[in-house]
Amino acid sequence: MASKGQQNRPSEARLREKLHILWNEINRNKVKYVMIAPFMISFFLFVFLPALSSIILSFTNFNMLQRPDFIGYQNYAKLLLHDEVFAIAIRNTLLIAFITGPLSYLLCFILAWLINELSRPLRVLLTVVFYAPSISGNAYLIWKLIFSSDVYGYANSKLIDWGFLQEPVLWLQDPQYIIWIIILVQLWLSLGVSFLAFIAGLQNVDRTLYEAGAIDGVRNRWQELWYITLPSMKPQLLFGAVMQITSSFSVGEVSMQLAGFPSVAYAGRTVLTHLIDYGTIRFEMGYASATATLLFLSMIFANLVIQQLLRKVGQ
Amino acid sequence: MAKEKRLEVRYGTRLNRSLAGDIILFSFLALLGSFSAWPMAFVINNAFKPLNEILLFPPRLFVRNPTLSNFRDLVSLMSNSWVPLSRYVFNTLFITCLGTAGSVFISSLAAFPLAKFRFPGSGIISKMIVYSLMFSAAVTGIPSYIIISRLGLLDSYGAILLPTFGTTLGLYLMQNFMGQVPNELIESARMDGAGDFRVYWSIMMPLARPAWLTLVILQFQGLWGTTGGTYIYSEKLKPLSYALSQIVDSGVARTGVAAAVALFMLIVPLTVFVISQSNVMETMATSGIKE
Repeated sequence: MASKGQQNRPSEARLREKLHILWNEINRNKVKYVMIAPFMISFFLFVFLPALSSIILSFTNFNMLQRPDFIGYQNYAKLLLHDEVFAIAIRNTLLIAFITGPLSYLLCFILAWLINELSRPLRVLLTVVFYAPSISGNAYLIWKLIFSSDVYGYANSKLIDWGFLQEPVLWLQDPQYIIWIIILVQLWLSLGVSFLAFIAGLQNVDRTLYEAGAIDGVRNRWQELWYITLPSMKPQLLFGAVMQITSSFSVGEVSMQLAGFPSVAYAGRTVLTHLIDYGTIRFEMGYASATATLLFLSMIFANLVIQQLLRKVGQ
Repeated sequence: MAKEKRLEVRYGTRLNRSLAGDIILFSFLALLGSFSAWPMAFVINNAFKPLNEILLFPPRLFVRNPTLSNFRDLVSLMSNSWVPLSRYVFNTLFITCLGTAGSVFISSLAAFPLAKFRFPGSGIISKMIVYSLMFSAAVTGIPSYIIISRLGLLDSYGAILLPTFGTTLGLYLMQNFMGQVPNELIESARMDGAGDFRVYWSIMMPLARPAWLTLVILQFQGLWGTTGGTYIYSEKLKPLSYALSQIVDSGVARTGVAAAVALFMLIVPLTVFVISQSNVMETMATSGIKE
């Protein structure tokens, strides 16, 4: 408890005292600053500064040739109130994020968990197999073949053979189907970074906890999962959630590869493809930056919500 | 020895397992696996297909008359290049190895204090790192280019390497894993007179092995495929993937060579992946963080 006398002291002296304490703290932790310095320099120059300048550019009109001029919140007003295509992009992005985010998070975890119980050579083989779409470089080819619009496309030819269809469906040109195909392919692609992090995380769980759990009355594998494995993996779960948010909110490549760019009736438009359109085709960098900033804010919001949910794990 | 014994107990008391469950589980994994293995199987098979099989429509997954002609064509094309092939290989190996090693070292070195200690600024730095993961790279291209050019890094290895050292994904991954190491271990090492660097090297890194092996995979994969993009324009500094992509871009006539290139670009990161993953997955007896 601070005494009354201390509270009435002139604020300048208090400030000096605070600075003094801070300085001592910094001095005491000198080694730690040295350890983070190389990373922080690179981070500041190549991550933080570019992001900050993009946020600043979002309040300007910038065509990449002339000096940007400040226009206040006009980009944001136009985006949110007048841009009809952006409304479609938001709707699609939210739909994709709400479906693929949680589902691929679960898929990553369940597969990592199942694989973890197998023998080592089999584990390595299955990890390679499931990670294959992320490493092979031609991931979209198979889906283009499956959903090809002519009768040779695998989906069309099989569905016609089996009598479900009379004539081929234009899977990737019909606005009705595009978004669902994007969602399907995004799910197929989801075994990436979070999957690897979960596999690594499962190796870190203290094995003796399982024995202790068995003695304490853990009866089945589900209880073991909920009371032992998941709580031991909280950091990885958190990491996976952040990865899932970033990947499910920034779906773009899948849409451009499958549905074309621009897609028919903007049916495959996402916030990211909207941004790429304005940034790299129309050269309206201010507008593209405003889109990026909005995307950034929505991801931060999603992250806050999910962190609250993850706190409940294992309780 | 004691550990071995415990392992047996653990396997002996596996909870609620049945043969039917195992069969269902295995067929589920096999079904899903056959779907996701497709692109890799396709790349491998394509490289050995003669031209008439590659251009077949609809394409067949498996090769019928395997041939090495695609590889022979690739070798003869590469041996005629203006800059010797060995130079491209050196560039790629240099960028990939130094970039991966440097990034793993630098980000884990920074992750340790951020995961385990509170000091002025640590909280805000950690927040900034998480949030920066969420900023779309699609609009930071121009500011990044300006910064790299102002630093005089254009057309040098540094333009690729230095930004790699600040990869936030790596730091965040390491930070999450290092946070799990019990404080008691660090305290007791300190009692024995170990400084921060010593604790980092002999306690944190061995215990965070699964994490940095995973990071090795991610960074290697990314750097192996980098073409240097807008940052490197001297032919003799360009990486292999750029040279190969130029060959591939020459159109239909190079279809066979393109298939060989695709396999070559896949096989090296795949090897690194398999080696790292088999080390991530240690035998059950030796792994796990214990207090």
